[in-house]
Amino acid sequence: MAIVLDLFVQIAQMVLVLALAPLFTGFVRKTKAHLLRRQGPPLLQPYREVLRLLRKDVVLADSASWVFRVAPYLVFATTWVAAALVPTFATGLVFSYAADVIALVALLGSARFMLALAGLDVGTSFGGIGSSREMLIASLAEPAMLMVVFTLSLLAGSTQLSSIAEFMQASDVGLRFSLALALIGLIMVAIAENARIPIDNPATHLELTMVHEAMILEYSGRHLALIEAAAFLKLLLYVSVIACVFFPWGIAVSGQGPVAYVAGAGVYLLKLAAGGLLLAAFETAIAKMRVFRVPDFLGAALMLGFLATLLLFVTMAR
Amino acid sequence: MDRLALDVAHLFAGGLVLVSFMLLYQDRMTGLVNNFALHALVVSLAVAWQAHIQHAPHLYITAAIALVVKAIVIPFALHRIIVQLGIHRTIETVVGIGQTMLAGIGLVALSIIVMLPITAKAGTLTQQDLAFALSVLLLGLLMMISRRNAVSQVVGFMSIENGLILAATGAKGMPLVVEISVAFSILIALIVIGVFLFRIRERFDTVDIHALHEYRGERP
Repeated sequence: MAIVLDLFVQIAQMVLVLALAPLFTGFVRKTKAHLLRRQGPPLLQPYREVLRLLRKDVVLADSASWVFRVAPYLVFATTWVAAALVPTFATGLVFSYAADVIALVALLGSARFMLALAGLDVGTSFGGIGSSREMLIASLAEPAMLMVVFTLSLLAGSTQLSSIAEFMQASDVGLRFSLALALIGLIMVAIAENARIPIDNPATHLELTMVHEAMILEYSGRHLALIEAAAFLKLLLYVSVIACVFFPWGIAVSGQGPVAYVAGAGVYLLKLAAGGLLLAAFETAIAKMRVFRVPDFLGAALMLGFLATLLLFVTMAR
Repeated sequence: MDRLALDVAHLFAGGLVLVSFMLLYQDRMTGLVNNFALHALVVSLAVAWQAHIQHAPHLYITAAIALVVKAIVIPFALHRIIVQLGIHRTIETVVGIGQTMLAGIGLVALSIIVMLPITAKAGTLTQQDLAFALSVLLLGLLMMISRRNAVSQVVGFMSIENGLILAATGAKGMPLVVEISVAFSILIALIVIGVFLFRIRERFDTVDIHALHEYRGERP
């Protein structure tokens, strides 16, 4: 019976992240517009965009191969599976026995690989620039993410995200300097991975410095809808990871009953709102970086990850 | 000694290592000096916390000296020197921030590997502090060899001294006289270095130490 309930919670979480992801992006956009004293698009605009794109025909370039056509589905599927591994309102996910947080990094990595391949596939120069820049960012962001993951796993004694969240919530973790370093590193990685402002501008198609938009420039119709949905999911995923590991209060532990689940869902929505507000405020306050400064930014994130792991060894040597 | 006290000590000592990395990362003169003031502030906090948990009131004096001399007086003097030398707007060409960072990480790992087994019999607090102090010291040395500007080398030198203070407070029983004399010798060093900087600038029109190389007699 318990396994059925866990499975139900797992499916509920998968549906929840898929349903909430466009709303979260819409919320961030709306907040940013308000901070600039503009009206901004309505909160539900991302849903409308996706639905409109789904109805439209696909325009394929003559030079597009099967890679170009398959990539959007793979990108969306891997991102969704990765998002299913993250505890949102309850821990004890069924999927986390099959795949841990290192697998999550690998899933996101393969999604990025497919997207970069698709960007190169058509053979336009813009797609190639986007792919090469994406790989430049990834080559530093991924090790930084892995170092953060190692820090958390060493501390919690597990690589399962569910167990890490339970550990952070239950035991007396104490005041850990490594965790602060890991949090800052993870936020920097999240900003870079989601093409947010100091690294890339999510709102423009015009700049020569764009990364993500350059890769998907050739996409249209349902392919574009899937890629957009995957991008929304990825943003929500990173915010959920940060929320469940570093701010785990209110997450229902598996087997606590429906009341705890509902309360957990409410707290999760509050956390998302807080994360969205902070992201929007940060993006409004800061200017975009030159592309050649990006390795410095991510190098700092990598350094923070390394330092967090090293400092942990000093603490654990007691 | 309860865990929270240890964790706070760890926080300050680890924070000092982090600020050392920020010094390595910083390439603007004004930012560098401000960062150094932060470095001194963190070290005085760390020392004050040690005074609190070791019940050693004389360490408060050390913390106060670090705060007044190194977080206020020396940064102020360095700001003046930078403005008078006319280099407060220059961005230093640091050779490969990425490589320097990686080397720094290697040095931190090295000092932890070296220090933890050696100090295994000492208390946890001493063990932590010595490992971090050695990292700060090595990072200061790295800063001195990776920078070309004489002022940044001075900042690197001063950060080494902060590492020494951390090591001294971690090891119990350092006499106050020694710490006071170290603090004042640092002040004297600043004065001497300041005079030297102006002499170098007068002679070579720059504070880039590479201009000195041809006077060393190694190259014809």
